[in-house]
Amino acid sequence: MMQQFLLLARQELALTLIIFVLLFIKVSAREWKTKAIFNLVNGLLLINFITGFFCTPDGVLFNEMFHTGKLLVLEKNILNLGTLLVSLQAYDWLREHRHITEFYILLLSALLGMFLMVSSGNLLMFYLSLELAGIPLAALANFDLEKRASSEGAMKFIISSAFSSGLLLFGISLLYGTTGTLLFTELPSYLNGSPLQLFALVLLIAGIAFKISVVPFHLWTADVYQGSPVAVTAFLSVVSKGASVFIFTSLLYTALKPLSQDWYKILFLLSVLTMIVGNLFALRQRNFKRLLAFSSIAQAGFILVGISGSSQAGMASVVYFILVYIFSNLGAFGVVAIVSALTGRENIEDYKGFYKTNPFLAWVMAIALFSLAGVPPAAGFFGKFFLLIAGAGKGNYIFIVIAVLNMVVSLYYYLKVVKMIFIDRNEQVPVEKLPVHLYPRLALLTCVAGIIVLGLAGGVYEYIYSISFG
Amino acid sequence: MELSLFLFIPVLTCVALVCCRGLQQARAIALAGAGLQLALSVILLIVYWRARAAGNVAPMLFQSGYSWFASFNINYQVGVDGISVAMILLTAFVVLAGVLVSWNIDTMPKEFFFLLIFLSAGAYGFFISLDLFMLFFFLELAVIPKFLLIGIWGSGKKEYSAMKLALMLMGGSALVFTGLVGLYFNTGATANGPHTFGLLQVARMNIPLQAQLLFFPFLFVGFGVFTALFPFHTWVPDGHSSAPTAASMFLAGISMKLGGYGCLRVATFLMPAAAQVYAPYIIALATIAIIYGAFATMMQQDLKYINAYSSVSHCGFVLLGIGMLTRTSITGAVMQMVSHGLMTALFFAAIGMLYSRTHTRMVNRLGGLLKIMPFISTVFVLAGLCSLGLPGLSGFVAEMTIFMGAWQNPDTWYRLATILACASIVVTAVYILRAVGKTVMGTVTDNHYNNLDDARWNERMAAALLLAGIVVVGVAPFWLTKLITPGTEIIIQQVGKAVTLK
Repeated sequence: MMQQFLLLARQELALTLIIFVLLFIKVSAREWKTKAIFNLVNGLLLINFITGFFCTPDGVLFNEMFHTGKLLVLEKNILNLGTLLVSLQAYDWLREHRHITEFYILLLSALLGMFLMVSSGNLLMFYLSLELAGIPLAALANFDLEKRASSEGAMKFIISSAFSSGLLLFGISLLYGTTGTLLFTELPSYLNGSPLQLFALVLLIAGIAFKISVVPFHLWTADVYQGSPVAVTAFLSVVSKGASVFIFTSLLYTALKPLSQDWYKILFLLSVLTMIVGNLFALRQRNFKRLLAFSSIAQAGFILVGISGSSQAGMASVVYFILVYIFSNLGAFGVVAIVSALTGRENIEDYKGFYKTNPFLAWVMAIALFSLAGVPPAAGFFGKFFLLIAGAGKGNYIFIVIAVLNMVVSLYYYLKVVKMIFIDRNEQVPVEKLPVHLYPRLALLTCVAGIIVLGLAGGVYEYIYSISFG
Repeated sequence: MELSLFLFIPVLTCVALVCCRGLQQARAIALAGAGLQLALSVILLIVYWRARAAGNVAPMLFQSGYSWFASFNINYQVGVDGISVAMILLTAFVVLAGVLVSWNIDTMPKEFFFLLIFLSAGAYGFFISLDLFMLFFFLELAVIPKFLLIGIWGSGKKEYSAMKLALMLMGGSALVFTGLVGLYFNTGATANGPHTFGLLQVARMNIPLQAQLLFFPFLFVGFGVFTALFPFHTWVPDGHSSAPTAASMFLAGISMKLGGYGCLRVATFLMPAAAQVYAPYIIALATIAIIYGAFATMMQQDLKYINAYSSVSHCGFVLLGIGMLTRTSITGAVMQMVSHGLMTALFFAAIGMLYSRTHTRMVNRLGGLLKIMPFISTVFVLAGLCSLGLPGLSGFVAEMTIFMGAWQNPDTWYRLATILACASIVVTAVYILRAVGKTVMGTVTDNHYNNLDDARWNERMAAALLLAGIVVVGVAPFWLTKLITPGTEIIIQQVGKAVTLK
């Protein structure tokens, strides 16, 4: 039993261990250097990431409260990688920060919550881990201690997540009331599509929709993204969203499978709304973080297209897209993080003439944006293509036409940024040549390599497909 | 013959360009890369001839493939027939000429040549693909470099044009995407059965008529946007006239052919029954494009706009040929693609040479250039004559073939369209002769033109290269016809099969 526990919950235990190490460092008398803590945490995260590739048995723990398998381990690994990249890119910001230990304790607690959430096999466990993943994030959003916008963002985040948790909990309790069970494996046999169950389904989806900022539950996103420190924004938009998408997909594909007719309609509606609203609002943004916030809302719409496919290809394309999305979005956020930390400038206009002074960062940004827009040979092209094929499997071509037209609209605002970077001249002071340190540079190069390799090498997708279900 | 070399060489050239420094190295690498491409295409042509002469009648030669995404049945699958070989040769000619005319580019030379060679990789990949996913991949690959080329090195309202071009082409490929996915889910024995993107596999299947009627417009219009199908031609004038010379040459010479090739190879070949149903609409739109393009050109003062609008008209002939669905007309459409590619590239090259010296492209400000720059002016005149269809040059042969093929349709309305298209040649003659006459003949309008020099070696080579192609096609059209006939034959058989099915 103990052995099994150690093996199956390995990633969670390792993360807990890192958190405890950090706690001891905090309470110990000796003063640790910021750089030492940075190296230690990232080294340990890297080790956790690498060990995630070996020995991944299937199994359940605690009466099916916790279950794991190849796909779930991979999903956790993807989240771990995302966190590692975010943390490496935040080097310039963290170096100046007084509370690096607390930052990491909170960040890793949130990640631990996501790990448990992805692995949960019971709605109660799911709810608990969701809260564990959410509350530290609110504290993190407040981590630009001198900025009022940061506190405001944190406040908005905590209120909206409390509201969404309320909806979710209400949905869970209704579901328990009508079925008498909370286990993912037992739920399907009790679902008969009664009105009360459908109401519970709507509440459940609404609760999760808050987390992945799907229209009309997206209103918190832009302000929180703009107010938070760039690293936290990146974490929110990539890792946090990824974790919610993972659990959403497995929840729909296992526990709620019998209601797939019903949730298909809901997803269709939400997806179309999300793509259109996200894109239209993104067109007029001037702050880079807000632009990326709305673009990430639009991307969530595309993810829903893939989920709506409710097939093995649907599951695989969603996981693959999140992997691609981590590299693409973090590539863009990485550049914004460096520019913001070193110059304090966050507007799109500030990037005029950026290529003249910072060719490396400019190319990283361009490649990341092309990947987000879904332009080949970047991996984003393959990600979107597969999401749409998975969605088209249902034969609803109106859905597909709406989605591809939205891709064209989204291209406009991505290209607008590319135009500023490469074509426009800056009449005011352009961003000067910025030093890029080793850690952020490594993270950015990883992103670029991921964007280029993931699509062209078909094996990655095939591996994910082989371990997916649906 | 390993067709993947057509991807490796441009990619390697691009890598070398990333590593190099300065204009000298960049242009040397680009020239070497483009030269290798041309050498490779010529080798391909010879090997292809030999294989056909040896009695190889397979529809696609030199096939090879690897599994790419097995779960979707997506493969890396390449192969060529005569039509693709002709297109590859055209690409190699235009790219080499493009590198040559951009020899002295002053701003960011490394990036310029990188994007140009990258574009050529997209074009080659498109022409050798036998898998629809791969084809789509390369179609989209070639959009963003154009945006950057126009935006960074362009002139005039370049930002507007670059954005318009990128969005319209992406909109076109969005339609193509929908069509391809719809086609994909209609392949296979059962509804859930193994679907395929393989071009030859799909061609052997009988796609249900219902599905063909639904998805043919998506594919045809989607590809049509690339080849200036009326009313989606509006990116052409702006894009071409704002682009730097080499990019204009590529855009008009090759990029528009991607659309024509796609209309023929994907839309018509894979959904022949729908092609017959929609043929009247295609012909109507093509005729409008031909006439509208010709009259719109009459009103232009800017030389680049003249050539751009005339491209709309000339690409209308390609679509007309495809829409007529006879053996001769489709052969003519392919010939027109080759001819227009060479001719328009030459025209843009000549305009670029004039512009870089006189700094104006306005017809009314130019004059008497023949005495000052005899070589450039001669090239310019020849390109113009080819455009209006002078016998002995490629334009005449291609257009003549299309008209012959079109007339084979006994339908009155088809004949009316053919007559109207023929009549447009008169309009073409008017605007070409006027533009050419005003520019190179008469008195010198500006005294400082007298101090300008004639073409340098690189420009002479570029012009000679393209002129050679035009003259060869014009004087010995049977070589080109013989090359592409087996390819068109298969498409016609496919259309014929659809007739017997109905």
